[in-house]
Amino acid sequence: MDTVFGVEYEGGVILAADQSNARSILTYQSNLDKITKLSPSSALAVSGPNADLVNFSEYISKNLAIYQLSNDGLQLSTHAQANYCRGELATALRKGPYQVNCLLGGYDASSGKGSLYWMDYFAALSKVNYGCQGYASSFCLSIMDRDWKEGLDQDQAVAIVDKCIKELSLRFLMNQPNFIIKVIDKDGVKTLKFGSDPADT
Amino acid sequence: MARRYDSSTTTFSPEGRLHQVEYAIEAINNAGTCVGILAKDGVVMASEKRVTSGLLAPTKSSEKTYKLCQHAACNVAGLTADANILIDQARLRAGRYEYQYCEQIPIEQLVEHVCNYKQAYTQYGGLRPFGVAFLFAGYDAHHGFQLYQSDPSGNYSGWKATVIGANNQAGKSLLKNEYGSSSEEKEGEMKVEGAAEEIAMPDVNEALRLAVKVLNKTMDATATSPEKMELFVMSLKDGACVHKILNKDETQKVIDEVEAESSAAGDS
Repeated sequence: MDTVFGVEYEGGVILAADQSNARSILTYQSNLDKITKLSPSSALAVSGPNADLVNFSEYISKNLAIYQLSNDGLQLSTHAQANYCRGELATALRKGPYQVNCLLGGYDASSGKGSLYWMDYFAALSKVNYGCQGYASSFCLSIMDRDWKEGLDQDQAVAIVDKCIKELSLRFLMNQPNFIIKVIDKDGVKTLKFGSDPADT
Repeated sequence: MARRYDSSTTTFSPEGRLHQVEYAIEAINNAGTCVGILAKDGVVMASEKRVTSGLLAPTKSSEKTYKLCQHAACNVAGLTADANILIDQARLRAGRYEYQYCEQIPIEQLVEHVCNYKQAYTQYGGLRPFGVAFLFAGYDAHHGFQLYQSDPSGNYSGWKATVIGANNQAGKSLLKNEYGSSSEEKEGEMKVEGAAEEIAMPDVNEALRLAVKVLNKTMDATATSPEKMELFVMSLKDGACVHKILNKDETQKVIDEVEAESSAAGDS
C-alpha cells in the first residue's frame, strides 16, 4: 500500500511518497517516483495501482502543458489546477474511475504562498495544511496534528516529514525502505532526497 | 470578375480573398458606432443608440452592451440577432471555464473562443458569416484591464482605444491624436529619442470625456444628447469588477464637461 503525504509551510509545500511498486507477493521496482511535476510550480503525488497512477498523472500534466502552450505561457494557479484535477476525476467516476488518491502541492507567486490539496478517487477535494493518503494517515496524521503550525520554515517542515517516515518504518507493517521527497517553492519543483534513484533502470 | 467568387463563403477568389467575409465586415460600417477606451483604472465603452421609433418598449437594460460574466462585457456593432448567438456562446464558455477551474476565465481566452466560433462560419458548412463586430472589455489578474476588438472574420486584437461601426475611421483618427496626451501639456517637455510617444493612460473620467468626444464626431446629428448614446464603465471595487451603465443625468454631465472643454479650447 502506497504512502503519500504532504506538508505546507511558509512559502512552499513538501510532498513525500514511498518508492515501491508492488502487487500481490511481488515487488516490481523499488525506485518509482510517484510525484509528478505538473507545472513549473506544482506537483502531484499519487497513490494507487501503477496503471492509473501513471495514466492519470501524465494526462493531467500534459493537459496543463497544452494550456500553457495555448495561452501564451499563462500558468494556472494551484487552486485552478486542483479543481481541474478534481473535475477530471469526477467526470471519470461514473464511467471508468481513476483509482487514485492524490495530494497536489503548488506555489503561487502572486500570493507568495504554497498550497496543498487533498483529493481522493471519489473526486472529493479539500485544501489542507498537511495530509496523508492511505494507511499512512493512521500513523502520520497525529504527528502532523501535533507538530504543524502556521509559519513553519522549510527545515521544520522537512523535520515533520522525517518524523513521519521514522514512525512508519517503526510501526507500519509494510516495509518501505525508500522514500522520495520533493519541495515546491519559488524556485520550482525540486527533489530534496530519495531512497533510490528513480533514474536507475 | 469577383461576382463569380463572392456567393460562397468557403471559396477563395483568385486574388486570395474571401468576399463574403469582406461584405460582412462592410455591413458593420452601417451600424451604430461603438468606442472603446482603456483607462488605467478601468475600461470605457460608449455607443451610439439608434432609436428607430418612439413607440419601442425597452425590454433589455441595453441594446448595445452585454454582460458576459462577472469580469467581462461587450459592445455590439452589426446584426443584433447574430450577436445574440455569439453572446450566448461567450457566456457559456465563461461559465464552463469557471465550472472547470473554479476561476475566472482570462479575457483573451474568452475572446479567442468567440472568434474561433466566428471563424468556423468562414470555412465550413456553407453558412454565411456573422455580421457582428465586438468590443470586449474585461479584467483579469494576469493582464489587468483589457480591450479587444473582433470582426466577422474571426480576427481579434487588443487595443488601448478603438472604434467600430459607422464613421469609425474618423473616430480612430481622433483617438490617435488625443489618446494618451494629457490635457495639460507641459511647455517644452522633452520627448525621449527613439522611444514611442509617451502614452499617459487616461483615468476613467478622462476616458469617458474622450469617448463622448469621439461619438460627437462620428454621429450624424449635430447636437448630442443622453438619449442618443450609452456610456458603459467597467472598474474595480474591493477587488471585484463593477459594470455600470451611466444614467441620463450622469451622461448629461459628461456631455456638458466635453462641451465646456471644447469651448474653452476654442475648438475648430
